[in-house]
Amino acid sequence: MSIWENLGLVYALLGAAAAVFLAGAGSALGVGIAGQAAAGVVTEDPSKFAKVLVLQLLPGTQGIYGLLVGFLTLSKIGLLGGGAAQLDPQTGLLVLAACLPVGIVGLISGKSQGETAAASIGIVAKKPEQFGKAMLFPAMVETYAILSLLISILAVTAIQV
Amino acid sequence: MAVLQIQRVSICALKKDRKAILERLQSLGIMEVTDLIGDDEAFRRMDTAGARMGFEKKAHTADQALEVLDQYAPQKTSMFASLEGKKLVDKDRFRRAAGDRERILSAAADILACSRQIAEKKAAILKDENQIESLAPWILLGVPMNFGGTRDTAMMPGIMPAGTTLEDVYRILAEQLPETDALDVEIVSSGTDGVYLAVFCMRQDAGAVEEALRQGGFARPAQTVDEDPAVKTEELKADIGRLTREIEEKESAIRAHAENREELEYVSDYFRVRAEKYQVLGTLPQSQSAFFVSGYVPAKAVPAVRKAIEEKYDCVMDVEDLREEDEPPTILSNNGFSDCVEGVLESYGLPHRGEFDPTTIMSFFYVFFFGMMLSDAAYGLIVAAACFILLKKFPRMSAGMHKSLKLFMFCGISTIVWGILFGGYFGDAVDVISRVFLGYEVSVPALWFAPLNDPMKLLIYSMAFGLVHLFVGLGIKGYMQLKEGQVLDFFCDVVLWYVFLIGLILMLLPSEIFASIAQMEIVFPPFLNTLAKVLAIAGAVGLLLMSGRANKNPVLRLALGAYDIYNITGWLSDVLSYSRLLALGLATGVIASVVNQMGSMLGKSIAGVLLFAVVFVIGHAMNLAINLLGAYVHTNRLQFVEFFGKFYEGGGKPFEPFENDTKYVDIKEETLS
Repeated sequence: MSIWENLGLVYALLGAAAAVFLAGAGSALGVGIAGQAAAGVVTEDPSKFAKVLVLQLLPGTQGIYGLLVGFLTLSKIGLLGGGAAQLDPQTGLLVLAACLPVGIVGLISGKSQGETAAASIGIVAKKPEQFGKAMLFPAMVETYAILSLLISILAVTAIQV
Repeated sequence: MAVLQIQRVSICALKKDRKAILERLQSLGIMEVTDLIGDDEAFRRMDTAGARMGFEKKAHTADQALEVLDQYAPQKTSMFASLEGKKLVDKDRFRRAAGDRERILSAAADILACSRQIAEKKAAILKDENQIESLAPWILLGVPMNFGGTRDTAMMPGIMPAGTTLEDVYRILAEQLPETDALDVEIVSSGTDGVYLAVFCMRQDAGAVEEALRQGGFARPAQTVDEDPAVKTEELKADIGRLTREIEEKESAIRAHAENREELEYVSDYFRVRAEKYQVLGTLPQSQSAFFVSGYVPAKAVPAVRKAIEEKYDCVMDVEDLREEDEPPTILSNNGFSDCVEGVLESYGLPHRGEFDPTTIMSFFYVFFFGMMLSDAAYGLIVAAACFILLKKFPRMSAGMHKSLKLFMFCGISTIVWGILFGGYFGDAVDVISRVFLGYEVSVPALWFAPLNDPMKLLIYSMAFGLVHLFVGLGIKGYMQLKEGQVLDFFCDVVLWYVFLIGLILMLLPSEIFASIAQMEIVFPPFLNTLAKVLAIAGAVGLLLMSGRANKNPVLRLALGAYDIYNITGWLSDVLSYSRLLALGLATGVIASVVNQMGSMLGKSIAGVLLFAVVFVIGHAMNLAINLLGAYVHTNRLQFVEFFGKFYEGGGKPFEPFENDTKYVDIKEETLS
């Protein structure tokens, strides 16, 4: 079995991988940025640990969305159950395309959400009672990750294998 | 479901009752004192700043003493100490401690003095240790460092760069001073930071020798001591031992005060309460023999104030409804279920005066959406049970914490329900365990449907729930406008939008787009299709004409109307935003299945079971934690942005009554009737 016969499967797996690593990288960047700000606040006031931790974790969801799409794709192409489906290259490319929204938007929104979360951590540092509002700003960024997740899920489930 | 009605209560009483009345008001804790009369000739205000600062300083002293006590005689605290809340203490016991305050404060001063002495002695030890360190290279010198020499010879201790050998020194001296030969150089010690040596020469050569050596990097030691370094080191060590013993003595002196801990807490709170009282006292207008206090009191608490003050003292008590210019604080009052989301509302902002309190309506949606996002029966059970146990175990936790835990308990219950509907019990744990370890597959079917098999269906339902949520929000806006009597605004801002949106939705439902998304075709009778078009067009035209009604200029008016119709994109994004219900619900289930799958990799064996147990516990704990956070954040977001965006302004002031604002203990009061 040469690679050319299985190119469809390769494309599809590439899609799953792209969804996971792009979105995961976005989350890693975002959580990292927010974490640096959070660590700074905790050095000054350790009692704010719980609040800033919540804010730090907010950009972590993109990675989960990527995982979600990756997992859906893997189960779609039968790699999880053992018997991999026979995919022609065209279907494989369709799956790859379906995985791209969550991957790319996850990467960019993860980083942006991390920056917003870092700014919100600044709010909590100065005005801890405004935690509810501070939490909203990063959650706004996340909307677009959710929209891209939605399209990726819809596309992956709609492709006939 | 309401904001409590507030009234203004003003009391004018005799000065001789001032202390008693103020203390009674403070222990009732139901009046927010505000200044009613501005500056007036007849009234003066007492300057209480000095007394108040004195009390605050004493409270601070007690606080500091308690901190020191915690450092040297720590109390055993459990992980949940923060949930325990303030201790309840008998009034008599509190009074007794307060009466004994001078003794307790002197104990506090003693504790602080001990702590200060410990700090000083520690600094002294540090100084000694530094000196020992600097003497260490000279320890073999055998004579004091400033010995200087005998009648005819000179001794020069000094340091040369690391790596210098005895030959190097002699060579340098031979090159620089070829005719001087009465020289002796001894290396006392050598280390990485330099070579320590003692140079002996004839007294008349001393200057020349030192000059010559300096060319080779010779330097006198920075510090010299009058004694033999070895002897001095012993002395310093003895000094350190003495200081350490003294520190231990002081520490045990502090520990001996540990029995005063409770009394210190009482005294700290006693002074804190008095400081608060004096702060209020300073704002009260007083005349020769009378004083005047006024503030906001919840209407239902007014009888209690009457009973406690008016019936007992010679005074005039006046209760009046709020005037136009008043800015009263907001107190929420809700039933036992809905009050749990009050904290969530407070974090956004309390309703301002006259605004509708959305707590009750919000509480149902909150619990509903939260459960849908977490959507796993087992997770829900864990959350609900944990919150229930904590609530039962720590009945005296702070009110805010109590509400939050209650909220999570209800959300947990809702999660159980959604989990059963969607068939999630630790994801697909039942299937995986039975398949891998028992050999035959058992699965618990979803009561409604499994979201992973039919995400489109859940998406449609998510948006439908969202639409209901948004329509309720718009409805509340309409209700408020009707209450204010703004019928035209109600018609233009609310009714027209309802008409427009319902028309659009009715047009969308039978369309092909919807059929392809929902995989079901809806066929309306023709009259309904016509009705949909009529509604949509009527709504759109109405909005176009009416939204800019504040403007006289017809062009501007139409432009504003068109802009308002453009807000339909806002509605679209609001509704789409509810797709997070689907996304977060799926995320919980998928990660749970990944965990189960990873755990069952080794198959049916002892190692396999062990691996499964470890992965199961860690994986599901992490999944629960991260999805709990996600569900909390996004439920809040749906309430704050989408729901409140339709009608809510907030900006009310919280109620800050004049009360016993204690830090450590609550004083048991006679119950109010």
